[in-house]
Amino acid sequence: MATLSPTSFTKNFNSSVDFPITSFQTFAIFGSKLKTEQTHFRLSTSFNVRTGSRLELKAMKEPPGLTQKLDKNRLDRLTESENGYDLFQDLKHRFLRFKKHKFEENLGHFQNLAEGQAPKFMIIACADSRVCPSVILGFQPGEAFMVRNVANLVPPFESGPSETNAALEFAVNSLKVENILVIGHSRCGGIRALMSMQDEVDSSFIRSWVIVGKNARLNTKSAASHLGFDQQCKHCEKESVDHSLLNLLTYPWIEQKVAKGELSVHGGYYDFVDCTFEKWTLDYKGSNLGKNSRLPVKNRFYWC
Amino acid sequence: MGSLEEAIEGLKKFLSNKDDVAVAQIEKLITGLQETDLNEFDPVKRILEGFQHFKINKFDKYPELYEKLAEGQWPKFLVFACSDSRVCPSHILDFQPGEAFMVRNIANMVPAFDKLKYSGVGAAIEYAVSVLEVQNILVIGHSRCGGIKRLMTHPEDNSAPFDFIDEWVKIGLPAKVKVQAEFGDLPLEDQCKHCEKESVKLSLCNLETYPYVQMGLANKKLRLMGGYYDFVHGKFELLEFEPRFRHLFST
Repeated sequence: MATLSPTSFTKNFNSSVDFPITSFQTFAIFGSKLKTEQTHFRLSTSFNVRTGSRLELKAMKEPPGLTQKLDKNRLDRLTESENGYDLFQDLKHRFLRFKKHKFEENLGHFQNLAEGQAPKFMIIACADSRVCPSVILGFQPGEAFMVRNVANLVPPFESGPSETNAALEFAVNSLKVENILVIGHSRCGGIRALMSMQDEVDSSFIRSWVIVGKNARLNTKSAASHLGFDQQCKHCEKESVDHSLLNLLTYPWIEQKVAKGELSVHGGYYDFVDCTFEKWTLDYKGSNLGKNSRLPVKNRFYWC
Repeated sequence: MGSLEEAIEGLKKFLSNKDDVAVAQIEKLITGLQETDLNEFDPVKRILEGFQHFKINKFDKYPELYEKLAEGQWPKFLVFACSDSRVCPSHILDFQPGEAFMVRNIANMVPAFDKLKYSGVGAAIEYAVSVLEVQNILVIGHSRCGGIKRLMTHPEDNSAPFDFIDEWVKIGLPAKVKVQAEFGDLPLEDQCKHCEKESVKLSLCNLETYPYVQMGLANKKLRLMGGYYDFVHGKFELLEFEPRFRHLFST
């Protein structure tokens, strides 16, 4: 049995506590005959479940309107979750719909895809539930290798290994995608957290991550300080995309390919309030792309 | 693109040739090349068409929904899926805008709690569970995963290390160890398939190391699930992860 050891985590071993047993119930296999089986295994590390810990997100100082919490919705959600089977049946039917209307109707295409993928795009988008590029830009299976994280940030090369640059490495060097598109969006909670951050020590994960966008915040504060906070956030959402594009060029294997014309780097901005999409392409000519210079762009389009 | 233009320019030089037949053939060649040029993949055109399709067929058709979504999101799911272009959950599970807060990374991995090393994943979990209060976390693995294959084959195959990929996929090492112990005699492809599923289970266990997840589980407000999409056979498997204490004995 593999040993699972959580890293920076408090272990309070209480000898009178029973060993936790985790069970995986294979609930259903969709697309073939139903099968249930139970497997049990013991975790070799035991720990206390912290029940009374307070969670304070100092980074999240947002007006209620933008923090998306309507209490009346919660009742609906709880009622549905009481009957867990509805949820599983729902997921099952969703997959079977996909299988019937897409998979089986394009069987040859899916069989080819099963042998390998050759997407022309790598997309970096926010994890926000409203902005999936497969939906808003209609990417079909096989078209776009996709990374989604909070606030669609790309950390620079010198920040060391992360999930985003592991994906970049794979997409650029193995899959050899021809285009990277970083897509920002309106009313981004992550960008709002970045703009709201105070200087005091904040222990939240969100802060540790969105700080990747600190240069975008600095530029926004200096360029747009006369605007209201919401407008500043909007400015930062786009500024952050530009900074992510600059960060992409800090990866030597990306810069080489861009310089050779084998790879194009684009920025995008989806505004879901007005339903508009803006897109621009990095104009790389080996020109000076120092930290303080404006990003040279070409082919800026605005679709509404 | 450059070579195509050069070819066309090169051919045009022969158009001064007095031989009519030759000129006709050259003109035909040039037209053919120009048409090839037009058929070359245009990423901008592709994005525009996709966006227009979405705007006409979804956004403009359901204004009430999109007006509501503009004010906020109340997704029921936090989904972890692989970055692989073939496995987007919006397709395979038909997630609509507003339904699923979605993280996509290589091999759909959830590392154990580590604020220094894995702040990206942590930020997503913190936001989804504490702020959005999602009720379900679903980790979806899939067949023929390149990330899992890398985990299973490196460094034993003596290939050159990657800068970042290897550091990331080694989150799945406990799954690899388990699979090699149990299924080490099977062909690599089968071992990889086992590891794809085992890695999902490992990610579910790692989710438990996040305080907000523990709280959600303790308050019974959060459900953890693992999925496996097999795009070779068109199948989907779903399992629920129920960490619980089972009283064994007291004397």
